[in-house]
Amino acid sequence: MPSSSLQISGLTKRYGDFVALAPTDLEVARGEFLTLLGPSGSGKTTLLSLIAGLATPDGGRLLIDGRDVTYGAPYERDIGMVFQNYALFPHMTVAENIAFPLKMRKVDAARARQQAMQALELVRLPHVAQRFPKELSGGQQQRIALARCLVYKPAIVLMDEPLGALDKKLRDQMQLEIKRIHRELGTTIVYVTHDQEEAMTMSDRICLMNQGRIEQLGTPSDLYFRPRTLFAADFLGESNLLEGTVQRIDGSEAEITLARDGSRAHAAVHAPLAAGSKVRVMVRPQNIAVRAEPAGVNALSGKVLDSMITGSLTKLYVSSPAAGAEPLVLCYPTSSGRAPYAIGDDITLHWNCADAVIVPEIA
Amino acid sequence: MSTARRPEWLRPAMMAAPLVLLFVVLLVYPVGQLLLMSVYSNGAFTLAKYRQLFASSVYVNVMLITLKISLWTTLLSVVAGYPVAYLIASLEKDRKARWAFWVLLSFWTSFLVRAFAWIVMLGRNGVVNQLVTALGLQDTPTNLLYSMGAVVVGMVHALMPLAVLTMLSVMENIDRNLPRAALTLGARPGTAFWRVYFPLSMPGVAAGALMVFVTAMGFFIVPQLLGGRKEIMITQLIIEQVQQMMNWGFAGSISVLMLVAVLAVFAVYDKVLGLSTMTGASARDRQRVASDGGLHRLGDAVLGALGTASDRVIALFPRRRSFHDAGTSLPMRSVALLVLFFLSVPALLMIPLSFGKSGLNWPPSGFTLQHYQNLIASPLWMSAVVRSLGIGLGAAVLAMAIGTPAAFLLVRGQMRGKSLMLAFVLSPIIIPRIIIAVGMFYFFAKVGLVGTPLGLAIGHTVIAVPYVVMTMMAVLRNYDTRLDLAAQSLGATPWQTLRHVTFPILGAGLMSSFLFAFATSFDELTIALFASGGLTSTLPKQFWDEVTLQISPVIAAVSTCLFAFVTVLIAAAEWLRRRGTPH
Repeated sequence: MPSSSLQISGLTKRYGDFVALAPTDLEVARGEFLTLLGPSGSGKTTLLSLIAGLATPDGGRLLIDGRDVTYGAPYERDIGMVFQNYALFPHMTVAENIAFPLKMRKVDAARARQQAMQALELVRLPHVAQRFPKELSGGQQQRIALARCLVYKPAIVLMDEPLGALDKKLRDQMQLEIKRIHRELGTTIVYVTHDQEEAMTMSDRICLMNQGRIEQLGTPSDLYFRPRTLFAADFLGESNLLEGTVQRIDGSEAEITLARDGSRAHAAVHAPLAAGSKVRVMVRPQNIAVRAEPAGVNALSGKVLDSMITGSLTKLYVSSPAAGAEPLVLCYPTSSGRAPYAIGDDITLHWNCADAVIVPEIA
Repeated sequence: MSTARRPEWLRPAMMAAPLVLLFVVLLVYPVGQLLLMSVYSNGAFTLAKYRQLFASSVYVNVMLITLKISLWTTLLSVVAGYPVAYLIASLEKDRKARWAFWVLLSFWTSFLVRAFAWIVMLGRNGVVNQLVTALGLQDTPTNLLYSMGAVVVGMVHALMPLAVLTMLSVMENIDRNLPRAALTLGARPGTAFWRVYFPLSMPGVAAGALMVFVTAMGFFIVPQLLGGRKEIMITQLIIEQVQQMMNWGFAGSISVLMLVAVLAVFAVYDKVLGLSTMTGASARDRQRVASDGGLHRLGDAVLGALGTASDRVIALFPRRRSFHDAGTSLPMRSVALLVLFFLSVPALLMIPLSFGKSGLNWPPSGFTLQHYQNLIASPLWMSAVVRSLGIGLGAAVLAMAIGTPAAFLLVRGQMRGKSLMLAFVLSPIIIPRIIIAVGMFYFFAKVGLVGTPLGLAIGHTVIAVPYVVMTMMAVLRNYDTRLDLAAQSLGATPWQTLRHVTFPILGAGLMSSFLFAFATSFDELTIALFASGGLTSTLPKQFWDEVTLQISPVIAAVSTCLFAFVTVLIAAAEWLRRRGTPH
């Protein structure tokens, strides 16, 4: 048995002149949870449709479980798909919906019933078997759609923004539920979302997409702490991006002159880099500390613009000559006492060299 | 402004009052009179008329023939219309509008024009005979007219657009992802269609069948023009009783019979599917009753077998590479095209004939404007045009004025008995037109409105109001009432809100509903058949008198003009619709 559930090489899709998906390579390991993340129009849904067989590629190859199904029909692919609006059949009961794929596979009725009940127990809804989909809540419909996919144990389960229609609390709950089921069954899941937080929470790996191509592929922490492009740095979580030029490289560290005020900064190097190239220094808000003493290396002076409690974190917006018009943002855990900084205070910001990441200006 | 608080029931009562008044005077009272006349003779109760009705096999036969023609018409319209509706429902927005245009064109082209087109097409020297002879299938032209076949073809042609549009409204609400979901779950295309799409489209099929069947039961234009002695339908009988025998009581008893039949069909439909599906509410709101009954298992087996059979057939065709437009395959498209061809061609063929020198023989030869000149020179035709335009405008204005408040009330009002009110509003569509027409004729005769434009205009208003209410209700349901609240929170009075916010936004909807009402009156024949004549004829009545008298090329010229007029109307409505919805 091949070790990867899905192998894609050079897969392309065009609509007229518009390139929906530039030639793309991707491999998904057995049992992996891979998320296709990106803004709308980035090609993530196109890629999912190509994997499902609901769209036909203009080139490339697509293997599911080692079998070439590039031009195969959806029903020949051994996939399961959870649609955005669930696509439960309104004229069938929950039990009939779940038994549908088994019926298509000519499983005899008694066994199909039994397996459908097992799938319902897996999603913890055995009591709704005889109801119709519209009698269920959004979260319940979502679980039934999942059960309908899992019941026939396809090689891959595809999920197209499955939690998009649910409210925040239910979404968090369903994320845990899907994770649990993924852990229990070891199913390979390819998941599409535009919500970066959801992608970070759930995925083994994230495939970040932009303008019809893969921007970066890696673990959530790879993408968060070591973004390779400006787009990746900007799309995943909040970040401060300071323009600058590389002065010299010293092993895994580089020295940068910031463009706005000429101050020096040190940052970790994760990718090959040449001296003199234009870069951005990225620092995450939670990695910036406030210090009383005056500036040194990796330190900027600034003035507090605004301070707000967002819940567990308090955010501080700071204007600094090094950052230009955009304010810098930093955050620290909220505590009950009086706010330590007032609007208008002059402060010095500091960060560790290891927390600063160099992102090339042009990919 | 008065500070005294008006009672709460006053406003809804005032909004409903004009409609109720109109219907009571021109619908309930006259129809009631007619029905009563069937059981009263000289002030005494009697069933003599009904005994007469069932005594002779003639009338029973006519009823059986009516039933037979209606059933065939319904069956053929639904079966042939289904692929068209299916195809249009599956298309993207722009292409959908282009295909739907042909259905709408056919739908709005007068029944008279279309029936006349079939007379010409099926005639001894018509297109069909010429074609069959040219193909070598017959040596000499045969008589195709005045037969059962001609009537059924004409009826199907007349009523299929109604079936298509009714089915389409249901199919458009079927989530396109459902058949695709079935594919990903392992169903082949044929199985996905029969097990998922088809059951979901059934309410549309049922509603379409109901509309066609009920309309067919009351039809007289096609059987009168295309049928022979053996294809007389029940409505023709009523007309004959009223126009030639002046036997109101007997006409009333036939009407009762017809009404009972129609209401029985509606009752059965309501029992099985619910009438709410007719006004656009989703059929999915209803529960399936016995999910494990024998009928259910039988249906399941049949759909399964149909699915497997279709998949075998599909497998014979070369494999297509694209599945995301599953269902709009080449065979499907060809069938739909063929049906649309059947719907559109007859009226289109009138155009070359109206300019030809060869009369109504196919193929036309030469070019002449003679028929159009004759038309313009005829005071009968010209006065009919002017009268129809005037009556149409009058009826449309009246119907809007009466129907719009009622629609507001039905959508926005919070009151009990809404569904009853809706049924009352829709009753002029449910009650066969001929019964309304005869009742009105009787009433007009008593108050001296026969032959007057006023009588016709208010008569047509009764017919047009339900359409106005239905379209306005659809428009109002899509209107965000928070806009009104926003306007009022900004200081606008209810009237200012209506004038500056509500009406400007609803403008397009109002206009298309106005066009709907106008077209309904402009094409109305049944009421005009009794309530006008000679120099007081409307255009359809003039058309009818001419076409029953003799078939002349001038009628082809009239048909062409009407066809062009309808095309312009549809284009205008479509333009309004596009303007009304952003994107």
